[in-house]
Amino acid sequence: MEKTEKREKRHLLHEAELFADRNKKILVALLMAVLIVLPMALNNQYLLTVAVKIGSYVIFALGLNVLTGYTGLVSLGHAGFVAVGAYTSSLLAVKMGMNFFGATILGMVVAGLVGVLLGLPTLRVTGTYLSIITLGFGEIVKMIAMNWTPVTNGTLGVKNIPKPSLFGIDLTISNYGLYYLMLVLLLAATLFCIALLRSKSGRAMQAIRADELAGVMMGINTTAYKILAFVISACICAMGGSLYSTLIGYIDPNTFNFDVSTLILSVVILGGMGTIRGMFVGAALLIAFPEVSRFLMEYRFVLYGVILVVMMRFRPQGILGWRSTLPYRLSPEVQKRVEQADQDKPLNLWQKDED
Amino acid sequence: MAGQDVLLKVENITKRFGGIVAVDHVSLEVKRGEIISIIGPNGAGKTTVFNMLTGVYEVDEGTIIFRGKEIQNQKPGSIVAAGISRTFQNIRLFSDLRVIENVLIGAHIRTNYHFFQSIFRTKKFRKEEDKVTEEAIRLLKSIDLDHRRDEYASNLPYGEQRKLEIARAIATGACLILLDEPAAGMNPQESAELMEFIYKLRDQGYTILMIEHDMSVVMNVSDRIYVIDHGKPIASGLPREIADNPKVIEAYLGGGQKGA
Repeated sequence: MEKTEKREKRHLLHEAELFADRNKKILVALLMAVLIVLPMALNNQYLLTVAVKIGSYVIFALGLNVLTGYTGLVSLGHAGFVAVGAYTSSLLAVKMGMNFFGATILGMVVAGLVGVLLGLPTLRVTGTYLSIITLGFGEIVKMIAMNWTPVTNGTLGVKNIPKPSLFGIDLTISNYGLYYLMLVLLLAATLFCIALLRSKSGRAMQAIRADELAGVMMGINTTAYKILAFVISACICAMGGSLYSTLIGYIDPNTFNFDVSTLILSVVILGGMGTIRGMFVGAALLIAFPEVSRFLMEYRFVLYGVILVVMMRFRPQGILGWRSTLPYRLSPEVQKRVEQADQDKPLNLWQKDED
Repeated sequence: MAGQDVLLKVENITKRFGGIVAVDHVSLEVKRGEIISIIGPNGAGKTTVFNMLTGVYEVDEGTIIFRGKEIQNQKPGSIVAAGISRTFQNIRLFSDLRVIENVLIGAHIRTNYHFFQSIFRTKKFRKEEDKVTEEAIRLLKSIDLDHRRDEYASNLPYGEQRKLEIARAIATGACLILLDEPAAGMNPQESAELMEFIYKLRDQGYTILMIEHDMSVVMNVSDRIYVIDHGKPIASGLPREIADNPKVIEAYLGGGQKGA
């Protein structure tokens, strides 16, 4: 009984995926149209602010997903990378009057370097121990932000972070500029993640997650790829951090505390680790939930916890964490060549040129 | 010139774990195109030999010469690149990835593009990716596994998982394939298929070095056999010689008994 039900569900999923795949172009165009029209339709500053906040969290989650979802390294300190990006870019903007885009790129560079540093322990430490190191990392970043007063302004934080400006126009919430900036950055991060996943680097990362020793035996330089995962993850989060800081206009060390790290991790787990679609749904749910449930007052955080516990019990792979039922996508060129391929001596292809 | 077709020459390799000598001066020689088996009772040190050959463990003493070059104590990555690849005693597939992705990961070191080329989907990237994907599919076809191409590795039946592991090892471009107990857990029918498969590999020009317990497989496919017991080499030779060797019988059945 249960088995047929499962098969039916799987069949339904397959049909849905097939439908989505066939009409991919239309669906993507539709989605883009909705996202572009959204600010005009909402026409509400508060809702738009929430939308940009959700977008920032999708970016954070995409960043953490590279590390946790693809490579299998769980980080409990990703607010640290967000903070590095946010602080670097907002300090450059406030103190040196630098343009948002230049400041963001520098923030990503700094976070990337920090990512290398944090990646180094992965040479020796794995699993839970690594997570504890990342937890410590998050706290260290917070402490530095708090105590390096001459640069970070300590507990007073950075005030009056300017809005990004493009060709002399300030991008704000009220002129929708900030929202569209978020869309562009989000699109960039998403495309990057898709490209990464479908390349040898992405496969190497997934191999590390699935079975590191087997990966080593395939000649994968697992150390390099783990550090690469840290760097990519850090850069994406720093980009999101820069956006987030200009959205809220004021940051202090507590903006990026442990709660933020756990929230990012919750988004990744709730949405579906290792998927891209999941990050969108996870962030939308977890960021929107506290906003829509304000009437519950403090109890909303209790409910929040309950939701996570129930999820882990009944759907540990995350809301959208299913395995695709579609065939592995081949490029038309490969498809064509495979069809006409000579089946008689294929193994010889695999032989190296013998001297 | 006689040394020309010696592919792998292992001389007196030794591995110690603390006070225990796991592998004690073991030597072997594998010629191109041979099927060689290493046998011995459980805990004899066979897998340790494999781990030294593939760079997982450091070699304490002795040399490993592959294609005329010393490769002992090199990193696993460079040994794979040199042309030695392996499977595992307990299957270690990338189980939550698809069959074809497993093979593509095997082809990792032969996939020539760098990170930025893949992010910007350059022509070079597409060309290389198409090339390895096509090769992966043809490899799967050649071993009758292509109908499983899109399946997740964990969903395959046991025998096919073993096959996929071998396919993944071949995909690295290696010419010497180390098989660690390929017939473990197989029924007689599957073992017979495995033997066919091993012959097929040999006919395609691969050289096979394997650890195996299933005597019907070992005695049938091996060109030569090495026997290890308690880390020490105790015999080597043709299957027929090994089957009659009193030392081997003693190692397997215990002292004082005579083999059937």
